[in-house]
Amino acid sequence: MTNLDQFKQTYFDESAELLGVAEAGLLRLAPGQVDDDEVNAVFRAVHSIKGGAGAFGFTELVAFAHEFEAVMELVRSVRIPITTDLVDTLIRANDVLAQLVAYARDDGKPPDEFSAPVVEALRRFNVEDDDEADSAAERAPADPTPSNDTEGPETGLVDGTAGTSAQAAGRGAGGLVPVVTTPDQQTYTIVFIPKPDLLLSGNDPVFLMRALSRLGTIAVTCETGLVPPFAHLEPEHLFLSWRVRLTTDAAVAEIEDVFEFVSDESSLEITTEVASGDTDSSIDMVSDADASLKADSVEAAAASATVSATGTVATADRRRASGGDGGLAVHTIRVDLDKIDRLVNMVGEMVITQAMVAEHVRDLPPGSFQDLQEGLEQLAQHTRELRESVMSIRAQPVGSVFARMPRLVRELAGDTHKEVDLEMSGEATEVDKTVIENLVDPLTHMIRNSIDHGIESPEDRRRVGKSTRGTVHLSAQHRSGRIVIEVADDGRGIDRERVLAKAVQRGLIPSGSGLSDEEIDNLIFQPGFSTADKVTNISGRGVGMDVVRRNITNLGGRISVFSAPGKGSRFVLSLPLTLAVLDGMVISVGAERFVLPLTNIVESLRPRHNDLHSLVNRCDVMMARGRYVRLVYLHQLFGIPGAVLDPTEALVVLVEAENGERTGLVVDEVLGQQQVVIKSLEANFRRLDGVAAATILGDGRVALILDVAGVQDMNRRSSSGRARLLAAPPVSPIQTVEV
Amino acid sequence: MKKTVLTVDDSRTIREMVGFTLKSAGYDVIEAHDGQHALTVISGTKVDLVIADVNMPNMDGLTLIRRLRANPSYRTLPILMLTTEADEKKKAEGRSAGATGWIVKPFNPQKLISVVQKVCG
Amino acid sequence: MNSLVSSTPMAPVQTGVQAGVQAGGARGDAARGEPAVPGGPATEEQYVTFTVGDEEYGIKILSVREIRGWTPESRLPNLPDFVRGVVNLRGVIIPIFDLRARFGGGATEVTKRHVVVVIQIGERTRGILVDAISDIVTVSRDQIQPPPDVETGMINAQYLSGLYTGADRMVTILNVERLFAAVTGDVETEEATIGV
Repeated sequence: MTNLDQFKQTYFDESAELLGVAEAGLLRLAPGQVDDDEVNAVFRAVHSIKGGAGAFGFTELVAFAHEFEAVMELVRSVRIPITTDLVDTLIRANDVLAQLVAYARDDGKPPDEFSAPVVEALRRFNVEDDDEADSAAERAPADPTPSNDTEGPETGLVDGTAGTSAQAAGRGAGGLVPVVTTPDQQTYTIVFIPKPDLLLSGNDPVFLMRALSRLGTIAVTCETGLVPPFAHLEPEHLFLSWRVRLTTDAAVAEIEDVFEFVSDESSLEITTEVASGDTDSSIDMVSDADASLKADSVEAAAASATVSATGTVATADRRRASGGDGGLAVHTIRVDLDKIDRLVNMVGEMVITQAMVAEHVRDLPPGSFQDLQEGLEQLAQHTRELRESVMSIRAQPVGSVFARMPRLVRELAGDTHKEVDLEMSGEATEVDKTVIENLVDPLTHMIRNSIDHGIESPEDRRRVGKSTRGTVHLSAQHRSGRIVIEVADDGRGIDRERVLAKAVQRGLIPSGSGLSDEEIDNLIFQPGFSTADKVTNISGRGVGMDVVRRNITNLGGRISVFSAPGKGSRFVLSLPLTLAVLDGMVISVGAERFVLPLTNIVESLRPRHNDLHSLVNRCDVMMARGRYVRLVYLHQLFGIPGAVLDPTEALVVLVEAENGERTGLVVDEVLGQQQVVIKSLEANFRRLDGVAAATILGDGRVALILDVAGVQDMNRRSSSGRARLLAAPPVSPIQTVEV
Repeated sequence: MKKTVLTVDDSRTIREMVGFTLKSAGYDVIEAHDGQHALTVISGTKVDLVIADVNMPNMDGLTLIRRLRANPSYRTLPILMLTTEADEKKKAEGRSAGATGWIVKPFNPQKLISVVQKVCG
Repeated sequence: MNSLVSSTPMAPVQTGVQAGVQAGGARGDAARGEPAVPGGPATEEQYVTFTVGDEEYGIKILSVREIRGWTPESRLPNLPDFVRGVVNLRGVIIPIFDLRARFGGGATEVTKRHVVVVIQIGERTRGILVDAISDIVTVSRDQIQPPPDVETGMINAQYLSGLYTGADRMVTILNVERLFAAVTGDVETEEATIGV
């Protein structure tokens, strides 16, 4: 039989997420601020936790969730006002719920009266009259030991069948012929006259008859007397009715249960007749009918054709049989992360080997070994798919990290006496697990920074005509094969004068440097830089934005800040989606080869003389696709000897950084597209400007993977002559270069 | 031929349990995590039965049922509501939206199978 | 240690070992005949020595992972000439430093006889390009003199751990961590910026 335990892990995983969702929603709940979506999300989260708990028989969890849900229902239907007291109680309730989930997970039992105080508190808000409370209790029993629990199957489930049958039985007692249930065989006559529009509710009498046949042996007569003349026939309407003789040991409630969904729309009559010896005559009919109805189940047909076997037993057998062979299907498994990592590494090595073989095959005379070539094509395709599948195993939504932030914001806002709302979007954006793990610290820092330095006090905000509540917006999205995360606030923006003064005072820059606004803003990423005049216990923990930047760049990412005085700041963080493999284009410059991420490449072209223009400051530009782009001579930037110097004899690869900035990279040759395994340069050496990482090509040699935005930065610095001014590269402004 | 059941629920646990139970009983099962998603999923597949939760983000179960019924292709498609709320009011709401029937959570596997058999064989 | 010996294109280990051990006096008796166990008596240490030009240098054997022949490097941009480039060491990318260039002798013109000493500093693996491996010597601590304050030959004193003077030879023991710190960022030094 079905083993429910296999779903418990899913349930606990999901509950953890839902608790996070609920917490996040509750933290955003404030008097006068009711966002229906938020409230609904909390309600659904509690509801789902309760639903799952019911399935596993976690009665205490169900009971508590029910109390919680009842109050959420009142909030949802705007029947009680949102007060700080209410929100606090709901947050406490969520904590208790989380603990009860933990107890259930660890097979522990909460202490007696564990949830009582919070239940008490919740009930204070459940001011609706007793009738309401009763009906709510009816909907999902709050009583931790429902009486029908014991009647459930061996799993100890709350048994849905029993409840429903009981209801049906109740109905039967009111309107229909009362039949005393006996365990012995009874023969019933069932007259079923459906309403004409029965088919439109998706019900189908055939299936109802089939369901009856599972209860016992049946003889069905179809009555056609009500069918109108053809001219008046509505094809979607049903004019047939049925008379069924059913011999079964099932209770009448079970028969009514078959008609549960159609009884309101139809006329149903169930009468008993004294069991007689004529059951034999119906058996042949039944087995015929059954065989035709269930052609897919020979076994079941055979079972019900056996005189001695009752229908119910046959059904149970069939179910057991199908449960036995199909029961091994498992939909999720838990895998040790190490195993996945090993798999990822293996795929990485395979990618390299595949590239190596491909390179050897390229050297074969063209046209020869056709089959080998084709096989390799396929291998390349499969390798790519394998890589993608493996990577998708590790992908997770960033929501798991985002979910930690509301609490942080609430706490920080409390500590700083500021009013701050956190908005989040793009939580479902997926990114590799390794990246996720490395996001928590930077995000925490950026948000601390925004609240501590960005958002003003309510008084200050009112003074400048802003709403007293500040907003921090956290968002994630995929862009150009990277994940871009933004933390934006509507605070005071970066105080450039103070930043500049501080930088000069710290000797980071000489005075009178004449930096641009962006360059000043980016000084906050300099090591040892802190703008807080007094060290607060929030940002002043000795860890500054320089550490954030270092962590991000170590991951092959970039961080930049955009600020508008008085309006707020926006930190933009871009990271690769995975730290393992990428699709690249191999290019050569002199004797060196480099890899350009395919996501950055627009096209490659060989410029003609009249496409090229030289600007005064020795910056060459080229007309490409109707706009000018700056040319970057890689050989010049990287000091590579022996390269092709004349762009008209070289190639220009038009590249675009995530920020949309386009540049023409002048290279000798484009050697081909290839999937490469990202290898760290930092592991044994260090980060280099303009270089994202390294890889190993098919011949075993190392090639550097270029960081397009980094190359653009280098080029900008070398042409503006300020290269030495800032030890770390300034960040490129988000705008297209219009030269 | 195997019948295909589309199970629509925002709870992964419920989706997996429904899916597992029905697959063991010989059905093909496909999943959607809310009403909106269900409309997308169903458009490319032949589905013999939809089992939809009521409370879901983006598009709830009742709206999903109405949207499906509004499409001529799904006028007679069996649709079961999965609900914890077994009261008559909910059932009536479901019925007027066009639901074929309902399954009350928590359900046990046998009950689920027997209800499914009742509406799609 | 097996890899050290077996992966050699290294110069044959010569009698210098014996000479070195004997120079160790009484302790040499224990060590003679079989190689001294690394991590043996705390006062004794083994060094791999190699030559660049006419000079002989030593590195603690415990930090040497292997010695390999030269494979063509890939250049790294905008770094001092002693950063030779990077190579693929069984799937891991390691930088190669040119010791001659580091000491101002210009870039090494690599031949098949040149070797790379692969060393491990903390978590990091690096290669040092040298002319040839010459020896493995076991010396006691007290045989190593502290580095002189003045410059020795081509090298600034801060890159030395000490000097070992045996019979008719002088081995300069290198502080490899400091030697390349300027470009690796391992150790904060006064020349922490590129382009020393």
